[in-house]
Amino acid sequence: MTSPLEQKKIKIAGPSVVTANRTWDGIVVYRTGAKGWSADLAEAAIVRNSDEAKALLAESVADDVGAIGPYIAPVQVGADGKIEPGNLREQIRRTGVTIGQPVQV
Amino acid sequence: MYAYDEIDRTLVNERVLEFRDQVKRRLSGELTEDEFKILRLQNGVYLQLHAYMFRVAIPYGTLASNQLRQLAHVARKYDRGYGHFTTRQNIQFNWIKLAELPDALADLAEVGIHAMQTSGNNMRNVTSDQWAGVAPGEIEDPRIWSELIRQHTTLHPEFSFLPRKFKIAITASDHDRAAIKIHDIGLRLIKNEKGETGFEVLVGGGLGRTPFIAKTIKHFVHGRDILSYIEAILRVYNQYGRRDNIYKARIKILVHELGIEKFSREVEDEWQHIQNSSLQIDDEVIEDIRSRFTYPSYEKLPHSPDELRQAAADPDFEAWRKNSVAPHKVQGYSIVTISLKPIGAPPGDATAEQMDALADLADKYSFGEIRVGHEQNLALPHVAKRDLPALWKALDKLGLATPNVNLITDIIACPGLDYCSLANARSIPIAQELTRRFANHELANLIGRLHINISGCINACGHHHVGHIGILGVEKNGEEVYQITIGGRADENAALGNLIGPGVKFDEVADVVEDIVEAYLALRERPEELFMDTVKRLGVEPFKERVYATR
Repeated sequence: MTSPLEQKKIKIAGPSVVTANRTWDGIVVYRTGAKGWSADLAEAAIVRNSDEAKALLAESVADDVGAIGPYIAPVQVGADGKIEPGNLREQIRRTGVTIGQPVQV
Repeated sequence: MYAYDEIDRTLVNERVLEFRDQVKRRLSGELTEDEFKILRLQNGVYLQLHAYMFRVAIPYGTLASNQLRQLAHVARKYDRGYGHFTTRQNIQFNWIKLAELPDALADLAEVGIHAMQTSGNNMRNVTSDQWAGVAPGEIEDPRIWSELIRQHTTLHPEFSFLPRKFKIAITASDHDRAAIKIHDIGLRLIKNEKGETGFEVLVGGGLGRTPFIAKTIKHFVHGRDILSYIEAILRVYNQYGRRDNIYKARIKILVHELGIEKFSREVEDEWQHIQNSSLQIDDEVIEDIRSRFTYPSYEKLPHSPDELRQAAADPDFEAWRKNSVAPHKVQGYSIVTISLKPIGAPPGDATAEQMDALADLADKYSFGEIRVGHEQNLALPHVAKRDLPALWKALDKLGLATPNVNLITDIIACPGLDYCSLANARSIPIAQELTRRFANHELANLIGRLHINISGCINACGHHHVGHIGILGVEKNGEEVYQITIGGRADENAALGNLIGPGVKFDEVADVVEDIVEAYLALRERPEELFMDTVKRLGVEPFKERVYATR
């Protein structure tokens, strides 16, 4: 769970996605195969080696207006193709805080 | 309360207009994120895990009731109905949209609140004792000097691009509630033998990756010279502070590497050039600032009113009074600390409804004034003792009368991995579990004063190094692991805690803390011996043995 802000080298050990925060409202988004962004992890483009990851990240960084702070994050892809976050940080980004919030939303 | 003048209002309003334009240009693509980032940071806007986070300054921890209502309004209209009070007298909103931020800033500007310099490599919010102006025995109100420094350093071009962020805290009491020894500059207001007001100046304190307790650089700087002396420190820092390595950029590293003697000589040399300049403060300037602070028209009230004596029969009221009510400098009045640490809740959070209700209570019972402390609690600084029973009932209805101030459940915690993009581990769930473990008030009272501080990463926003028990979350092989220290403290005897042993897993933290507390209860020589006294007397070893004997 090393912060992606410290992510210096692109080295991936398994299926990964590019994630960022949408510029105008800050929500978590994932880079899609259609060169866009989606709030749904299921629509994320999956990369499986560092060359693919570099290419997807470069394309994402270029879209500076759409989303900010793109980085590569690990995911797990089930036998049924379902994509799940690969670590606790990404799980929290996807599903929200692990605590009750003072005000229910 | 401090009354803004036209210059302050113009500055705040112009800042809103500037930021509105900057956001517009960012959203249109005219500004890149690289260009925009420094601008948003200078207005307190971070990007966190789920959203932007907006940090608003509460200078020296003083809020008027109308300002608290406006914070509630921002929480309700632009966020998710709550805010988080931080360890540096700020409030953070966790879910705000960039596109709506200019409107939120404009709403805050209506009541003289802003977010300038709540992030970025500049002079941050100048903090002070939350009991300033009302604490018995205080030299004088430290907020006057806090305000002077705030005015001088806000948007000061020389201090807007420092090697790293820079934090100043001021206290005027023997007991340090402002944690000045863990600040870049700590100022302790004192009188010299001639009765003149001045400061003991400390420098180079800070936590984070490389923690240091601040060292005294000068035992007395006359009040009229304090701006020039601070400026001399900042100039030396600006010149020699490292910009090549973010982890070595804080002034504490420079002071450590040069040594306090050499650093002090550099500052003295610089000071000689500017001490007798326009930075020297005329008495009229101080008096003008002093005159802008309004103080309540206190009534002449009895020390022990009938209402208080009658209410003493209620054990719940008495438990709260003994825990949360402190002496005031004016007879018949009290300072009331409001715990934002209900059992099982995130430390420091307050809902918009609570903020609105507290603003009403401040109007009714505290001359419309609220204070914010670095321990993530609030205070009503001017409560007539006769009103304490009624205030307690009202706070209780709001869930704000938990009698745990300074006890084991009064936990300082950073937002941790639930919110923060820098965090490696969660803080809030650890705090919540600990408050549940020690929810029994009789047990908490039996344990006595014990501060637990929790950080979710090495940046130490939860001040774990100076917790009596400090908990630091790190990541190891993809799992959250927590390192436990004991013996830290943030007061006038500030010290860094010592590690008791290997880190433990998320699920084990509360058990370990229970073990430490049980060891303390068994080891203390008498009930009055506080946890810190036992640690000081015996060191880490007996606690380490207890914790790791079965692990």
